[in-house]
Amino acid sequence: MRKYVLRYAVLGYLVMLLAVPVFVIAYRTFAHGLSPVWDALSSHAAVNALELSLLITAIAVPINVIFGVATGWFLARRKMPLPWLVNAVINMPFAMSPVIIGLSVFVLYGRTGWIGTYLFAHNIPVLFTWKAMVIATVFVSLPFVVREVVPVLEEIGTEQEQAAQVLGASALQGFFRVTLPAIRWAVVYGTILTVARALGEYGAVNLVSSGFVGQGLTLPLYVDNRVNQLDPTAAYSAGLLLALLSLIILVGMTAFASRRRRQT
Amino acid sequence: MSIQVRNLSKSFGDFHALRNVSVDMESGQLTAVLGPSGGGKSTLLRIIAGLEEADRGTVLIDGSDVTNVAARNRGIGFVFQHYAAFTHMTVWDNVAFGLKVAKAPKGKIKARVGELLDLVHLSGLAPRYPAELSGGQRQRMALARALAVEPALLLLDEPFGALDVKVRQELREWLRRLHDEVNTTTIFVTHDQEEAMEISDQIIVINEGRVEQSGTPDTLYDRPVNDFVMGFLGPVTTLGGNLVRPHDIHVSRTAGSAGHPARIERLVSLGFETRLVADPGPGADPVTVQLTRNHIHELALEVGDQVYLSVSAHPARLLTALEG
Repeated sequence: MRKYVLRYAVLGYLVMLLAVPVFVIAYRTFAHGLSPVWDALSSHAAVNALELSLLITAIAVPINVIFGVATGWFLARRKMPLPWLVNAVINMPFAMSPVIIGLSVFVLYGRTGWIGTYLFAHNIPVLFTWKAMVIATVFVSLPFVVREVVPVLEEIGTEQEQAAQVLGASALQGFFRVTLPAIRWAVVYGTILTVARALGEYGAVNLVSSGFVGQGLTLPLYVDNRVNQLDPTAAYSAGLLLALLSLIILVGMTAFASRRRRQT
Repeated sequence: MSIQVRNLSKSFGDFHALRNVSVDMESGQLTAVLGPSGGGKSTLLRIIAGLEEADRGTVLIDGSDVTNVAARNRGIGFVFQHYAAFTHMTVWDNVAFGLKVAKAPKGKIKARVGELLDLVHLSGLAPRYPAELSGGQRQRMALARALAVEPALLLLDEPFGALDVKVRQELREWLRRLHDEVNTTTIFVTHDQEEAMEISDQIIVINEGRVEQSGTPDTLYDRPVNDFVMGFLGPVTTLGGNLVRPHDIHVSRTAGSAGHPARIERLVSLGFETRLVADPGPGADPVTVQLTRNHIHELALEVGDQVYLSVSAHPARLLTALEG
């Protein structure tokens, strides 16, 4: 009896914490029917926010996947100089508030920053454009692929790579034909986590965004902006869209997680 | 393909895996590198393969120096102790791997892989994944994969070490037949002296990074150069301060000229043979003697009997146990 009480208490807590708020948003969104929602989502500002979010994600995720797999491989194969330092830098976004990461990009790429000075001198605008938002997003979603890939690489060991080598494979052939397929579920899982983080990022991009509605706002920033501008229908609609994207990612993650378990 | 190893040294930190090792392996032979674990035998094999770099020394394959040649260009087949199967590939794709990276024509790959799977009796399992195979099947697959590229030199690192006794026995006989059939030079590493004795033409005994002795199985068994080789190649016991094989001790009920008196402590029947443990008195280690069951019956030996032990006419080797 007692164990059931505990189980349902945990379940109830999760429902209260997660399901109820999402449901409330959905309920509020459709309180006045479908057409205001459609109008809100098809407005220029909302479409632009979705496009900007997707653009940033589409650039930041491949960068982090390629960098993450490469770094993970060097770390797992003990070929990385100063591994403790590299690990610390990669883990930083886990420990540090995204606002601080945004701030560091702001300082670095600002008019007087180390990189910013050069960029402004050559008339290349980065800060307050989508480029700075990509840089901030890359930084906050840096650890996910690396952290997924390293333990799997350590587990499979080097024997398969060596076997490929003696069979005549070059280092690149060995990597693409043997190593990468062996870690593919870890890469997929890490990629999904990276996408989720990139889409949902708020704090870091907020600091480097121009803040202009219909131009410089990602979906999360747009939701925040609409709440502040007392435009509840637009806020709820965009919020629900964001939640929906997350739900798709969540379902994908669960599906891949069970597949990965079956394989090993 | 002959191999000459010259003055090879290799350390891992403070650990000296190989100390100035020089050995020769003749073309077409099946050579066993035998020794206790941690003795350096796997390191030697991996350096020959190019998977490990020596600190000093050279490796010559067919007279040409390959010390600085990459593993993938040495034309060797390598079989790992834990199979190193490509887990995401089917048996067929595993075996085809070497041919695919060499960009062999499709028709040739198909014919060669089919031929090899027949050779290792895995034709029916071609579409399976390694996880669906038994240990013995996985190792046969690994062997077929290594042979696919037609290596002139086949290296096996404790190939049967992870398998159970019965499968190990089967596979070792099968490896010998395979070696004769495909006509390569084969080197395999093992810590199992029986395995080495049974199938190899030549044995190289390595201990603590040094070559203790090399030669045919008979040479090593009958004329070991030191206590270590003698002890590693077969059972030994001490009699009157000498290291001897238990089957080289003669048991008598009467005191001969060189008979050591002893009292029978235990008789253990091992089927055809019986092991006799005798106590030569205070201050001496018990002596183990290997006798046929018939011999025990002839002498009507019982526990507690007084017997006289001497080394039989042609001892394998005598060494004073104190020497080394």
